[in-house]
Amino acid sequence: MKLEGKEQIWKDYQKEIADDRYYYARSCIRQTFFPGSEWAYLDILRNRLGKDVMDDPRHTTCTGIGYHSDVVPAQTIMTVVARHFALMTEAGYENITPSCITSFGIYTEILETWAHHPEVEEQVREYLWKATGREFKKPRNLAHTSDIIYKFRGEIAARARHRLVDAHTGRPLRGVDHIGCHYAKMFPSKGIGGAEFPAVLSGMITAWGGEAVDYPERRHCCGFGFRQYLVMANRGYSVANSKKKFESMRPYEPDFIVANCPGCAMFLDKWQYTISEMEGTTYGANGYGIPVLTYEELAGLVLGYDPWELGLQMHQVAVEPLLDKMGVAYDPEAKYLTRDGKEMGRPKCPTYLKV
Amino acid sequence: MNFWGFKISETRSINYDANERGMAERMEQEAPSSKLCIGCGGCTAGCTAGALTEFNIRRLQMLAKRGEEREARERLGRCMLCGKCLLVCPRGVETRKMILSMMNYIKNNPK
Repeated sequence: MKLEGKEQIWKDYQKEIADDRYYYARSCIRQTFFPGSEWAYLDILRNRLGKDVMDDPRHTTCTGIGYHSDVVPAQTIMTVVARHFALMTEAGYENITPSCITSFGIYTEILETWAHHPEVEEQVREYLWKATGREFKKPRNLAHTSDIIYKFRGEIAARARHRLVDAHTGRPLRGVDHIGCHYAKMFPSKGIGGAEFPAVLSGMITAWGGEAVDYPERRHCCGFGFRQYLVMANRGYSVANSKKKFESMRPYEPDFIVANCPGCAMFLDKWQYTISEMEGTTYGANGYGIPVLTYEELAGLVLGYDPWELGLQMHQVAVEPLLDKMGVAYDPEAKYLTRDGKEMGRPKCPTYLKV
Repeated sequence: MNFWGFKISETRSINYDANERGMAERMEQEAPSSKLCIGCGGCTAGCTAGALTEFNIRRLQMLAKRGEEREARERLGRCMLCGKCLLVCPRGVETRKMILSMMNYIKNNPK
């Protein structure tokens, strides 16, 4: 069969994703700001889909934040990543699945560097041996955890307790996706749909009954960019990027935002508060913001997890409007209670943003 | 008081869909030759007002065509309507008429 035009282009943007036996690499940011996400991911894969996932306590940061801020040299980050590969090899796994988009970009960049410069790989093997006495095999398959959820989106849809549909009117909920820049903008062939036709998250939205909105600034950066954010004086540039995205998506009246990068999800969530305090602008209906979810949280809601178990009370933007639309039952009184029923403290109420 | 330590940067992108093109339309109507401009800047180089102030006719007409009329509103009054720009324009644009049409638009559409 001869593939032509768009069909051929689309084929170029598909990627191989392993079926089972994943070595999991946690994210620094995701487990800090979205504390239920990684737990939900592991629970979905292990207990709902019956997959083998290794969550290794010896695993560390990839140092990507330091690398992109120009404080960690390339040889250092390559050696740290080589140690991750060594831990994976020792555990008997071949498929590595980072939770963080930056880590995914780092792993991809390093594997590509080694493919083109075997002498660099040899040097890093030597560094690792001298530092830790470890050796490693390169992963057979590298996939971001959103790729894994994308791969099993049909299985998740088949087990869905709630669909991305307005439970009262039957209207498909409008979801806007935001793909982290390091997912496919550096190496488009390593992401589903590449940078031009991002499908990894919109595929989940449509599979679970929602409507994916292709808003004009969909591919724009959230503004994190490490250096742009870490220097306080530059944060105005950082927030301006998110603002541009919010203004672009607002006319489509989205019911939620879903992101696969932990940094993007954090900024799209927190900046809505910052913009509301600085300019008095809110982007959701009736003074609320647009709820921002990680794809693990979205999958968790679809599968019927308790929103407070998923950690949705830790979000800056209130998620209750989305929960009400989806028909998810929740106890408002339990929002700020720990598992053993104690008060965990309540955040201060913003001036403009309704929570 | 701004306790954040930073401000939201203003975007420098031009939104053609949202911008008001009234001034450009008036200019095209009253001085159709303005469409012939190639932006060479000869008018600005020979401009007396431009030599002494920030007035820049090439820039103002270009911004007005994009619907960015704020600067034109602020600076157009510096033109003395001497017409030297008319003499140097290689495309024969009726520059003075163009400026007058912009001035009339501002007069009739105060902000």
